[in-house]
Amino acid sequence: MNNDSDVILMGEYIAAAGGPWKTSEGLLDKFGPERVIDTPIAEMGFMGMALGAACTGLRPVVEIMFVEFLGVAIDQLSTEAAKFRYLSGGELSVPLVVRATTGAGLGFGAQHSQTLESWFYSTPGLKLAVASGPQTAYGLLRSAINDNNPVVILEPRSLFANREELVRGDEGIVPLGKSKTINEGNDITIVGLGSTVESIKEASKEIDSSSEIIDLLTLIPWDKEAIIDSVKKTGRLVTVEENPLSGGWGAEIISHVSSKCFNELKAPPFRITAPDTHIPFNEKLEKKYLPSVSYIKDSINSYMIKNEVPETWWEKNNE
Amino acid sequence: MNSNRNRNTLSIDRRTLLKNDPVEKLKRMIEIREFEEICFNLFAEGLIRGTTHLCNGQEAIAIGVAASLEVSDYVMCTYRGHGHALALGMTPEKVLSEIMGKKNGSMNGLGGSMHLSDLSVGLLPTSAIVGAGIPIAAGAAKTAQYKKTGGVAVSIFGDGATNIGAFHEGLNISKVLNLPVIFICENNLYGEYSPLASTTPVKDLATRAASYDMRNCIVDGQNVDEVIEIVNTATEYARNNEGPTLIEMKTYRYSGHSRSDPATYRPDGELDSWLERDPIELYNKALISQELIKDNDKDKIIEETRKSLLKVKDMVANSEEPDDNSLFQNIYSD
Repeated sequence: MNNDSDVILMGEYIAAAGGPWKTSEGLLDKFGPERVIDTPIAEMGFMGMALGAACTGLRPVVEIMFVEFLGVAIDQLSTEAAKFRYLSGGELSVPLVVRATTGAGLGFGAQHSQTLESWFYSTPGLKLAVASGPQTAYGLLRSAINDNNPVVILEPRSLFANREELVRGDEGIVPLGKSKTINEGNDITIVGLGSTVESIKEASKEIDSSSEIIDLLTLIPWDKEAIIDSVKKTGRLVTVEENPLSGGWGAEIISHVSSKCFNELKAPPFRITAPDTHIPFNEKLEKKYLPSVSYIKDSINSYMIKNEVPETWWEKNNE
Repeated sequence: MNSNRNRNTLSIDRRTLLKNDPVEKLKRMIEIREFEEICFNLFAEGLIRGTTHLCNGQEAIAIGVAASLEVSDYVMCTYRGHGHALALGMTPEKVLSEIMGKKNGSMNGLGGSMHLSDLSVGLLPTSAIVGAGIPIAAGAAKTAQYKKTGGVAVSIFGDGATNIGAFHEGLNISKVLNLPVIFICENNLYGEYSPLASTTPVKDLATRAASYDMRNCIVDGQNVDEVIEIVNTATEYARNNEGPTLIEMKTYRYSGHSRSDPATYRPDGELDSWLERDPIELYNKALISQELIKDNDKDKIIEETRKSLLKVKDMVANSEEPDDNSLFQNIYSD
């Protein structure tokens, strides 16, 4: 915002109150109410307004308190913003950033705990990235603001309490469309996104094989080259997702990788996900719902030993 | 990168002419009427695919609004948009090429009847979603306000749109932020296939502005001079930082909602009573009484316009299709 006076912020309680997640504290004082705008609780209205501002010369950054609230704004995001360049015959650009918090683990119940990447995944014209900690939240946001397309950045709420030394400025930028290899290994490629990256790192301490851990970071467009290169090396692939089994991003990745390097696979790729159910409030059940560190570790260790896809915990429960 | 406005001089020239010349306003209302007639026939002959939403009967609004705005102002209109596009300045060739899916269309034929745009005269991409343009216009007005361009944004929508959330959210935020935006409701008495009274508890839609403490008024949408006067007043308020206005324009669409709707739900005699106040005929009489044209000039204009549009039709019908690789164009910006 210091560098470009066209960047404005919009969202609920982001100005006077500093943001429901305290991500815009002090910005109202610094940049004033013309640039830091408290909106009504009307996501369809202010998302549309952000689009109108974006395609006429501003660079709005919209905060959505819980990703579910995009449900009432999805027309403006998917049907309008994502298509506006196309519908203008290439005359317009839409430099619009939408930040939304996602995910379970904090006891917010069924309507404030989802990840919902799948709502946007089949929308050409959008870019979609998911932060996995403070540095990637900063770096992806910087990239998104610099981008001339509508970019959705999802920020897992469960990571908001994490602290790390932040690299600021251009060196801290995390490019869109590039994954990050967190740990190199030879036996298995483990792909995580958002909150599951931390869980994978934790689990890998007790995984007996040499794991290559990749933080996918961007879903549209996802880093096909890096994942394929890694799987060609390891011959095994698992995706770890915080979302229900059906329609998750891992299905797309595994489908693509399987069709591109089937002959190099040493075992069937598989997905670790949450079950196809709603997210419970009760703490014990919410922990059960999420792919836990021990579930990830046990699934991968079993897969490596038996060379076959392990049953999910809910399949085992049903036996 | 700011939005770029390609200098489409043909569109800009047509707009300038419209603003400055009363007879041109009559000509251009006739152009819209004749253009829609051609579209109707092309659809009937199966030469245009998909759907179309004709605006015959509503020409005075299109011409009046376009004549009141600067090319640097922004307009969001609806899928009943052929008239607005032509009035704002797009050439019949450009509009018909898009409607017929041809390479020379504003979207290279990838958009069709419901998606016209021309940034050189401020026409933002037309949305085919009822009400969606209302908050988008508010955003264009935010840019004008923030950058102090002196510009305004105009959102044009139908009566049916006043029942959707985007209308209320768009009006609300515009008033709260005092944005330079003008909301124009073309009340043609039918939301798609439904008479207004069957879906809407109020008869005068302008009254809805009261919930937002917003300036509002009702205008005879068949009278082009009245449309111009009121839009000019509203833009003046907006340009003077006095915020948004909702204008309800009472009008009538002579055809059904879309090509598949013969409008059999209309009561007997309703169309006839509106035809008695046909916007082209009303304006023709006004120009004759001001001695700007003679009695038989209108018929000559109609004949010339028809001839020239039929030429355009033949030219467009025989023009190139878009290339296969355009399927992947304009999805992302660099």
